Amino acid sequence: MTVSLSQFLITAAILFTLGVAGIILNRKNIIVVLMSVELILLSVNINLVAFSAFLGDLTGQIFALFILTVAAAEAAIGLAILVAYYRNRGSIAVEDINMMKG
Amino acid sequence: MNIPSLFFYLFSAVMIGAAFMVISARNPVHSVLFLILAFFNAAGLFILLGAEFLAMILVVVYVGAVAVLFLFVVMMLDVDFAEFKQGFLQYLPLGATLGVVVLIEIALVVGAWTVGPVSIANVTTPVPPGMTNTMALGRVLYTQYAYLFQAAGLILLTAMIGAIVLTLRHKAGVKRQNVALQNARTPAEAVELRKVASRQGI
Repeated sequence: MTVSLSQFLITAAILFTLGVAGIILNRKNIIVVLMSVELILLSVNINLVAFSAFLGDLTGQIFALFILTVAAAEAAIGLAILVAYYRNRGSIAVEDINMMKG
Repeated sequence: MNIPSLFFYLFSAVMIGAAFMVISARNPVHSVLFLILAFFNAAGLFILLGAEFLAMILVVVYVGAVAVLFLFVVMMLDVDFAEFKQGFLQYLPLGATLGVVVLIEIALVVGAWTVGPVSIANVTTPVPPGMTNTMALGRVLYTQYAYLFQAAGLILLTAMIGAIVLTLRHKAGVKRQNVALQNARTPAEAVELRKVASRQGI
């Protein structure tokens, strides 16, 4: 393969950075925050698969599979909480989420 | 420039551009669509790396399930998303600074780091030669990681039950089908036969 490992790592690092910046920039909009979390998980998956391919070890791909599972579960639960919250309050603004006063 | 690196630059450039649009698009529907584009290009990167099974799973799970879920929720909630963009410029210096700092840190780590010969020698599950990616993954997943596989299934079951419990609501005054009651009906109680005299009516 002519593409080197560090090129994949740099791509994943840029994607991770975009996800972190997205959480900070869009912190009023929780849907975009959830999407940014998905981007971060995707960059971690790219890292794992790149290491797996370049080291010839299948464990990285197995763990990427598990991360995919957990990400799907997290998205489902997060959006379900969002829908339940919207029904209660009629808004999804992050500043209003202080009902438990924690 | 050869074909693999050409495709690498194509996929990674489109993926990073789409990820940038995810966090900067005004309309969340556009964000979801760009998220789908980013996932497709990540699947292309996985295929370049020889992980075909994960590429297909990425398309099926993320594009088919997660992104559509996001799309449903964005369209279902009647929220004025324009007001959420108010703080965007306010947080822009902080977000950009944090992003640059994280990127520099990762670049420092990646730049000064090489794969040690010990970690290459200690590969736990080497890729078997002459086997498709899916078959090799299956042989490891169902033997060595069988318990983790079961745990993943349990996580998905928990997520499913949790999502249903969180969003299900019972409305009063909705007429529902009662299957047991329907099946318990007999002709004797459901049909009433009357002898009607001719030209009399009931």
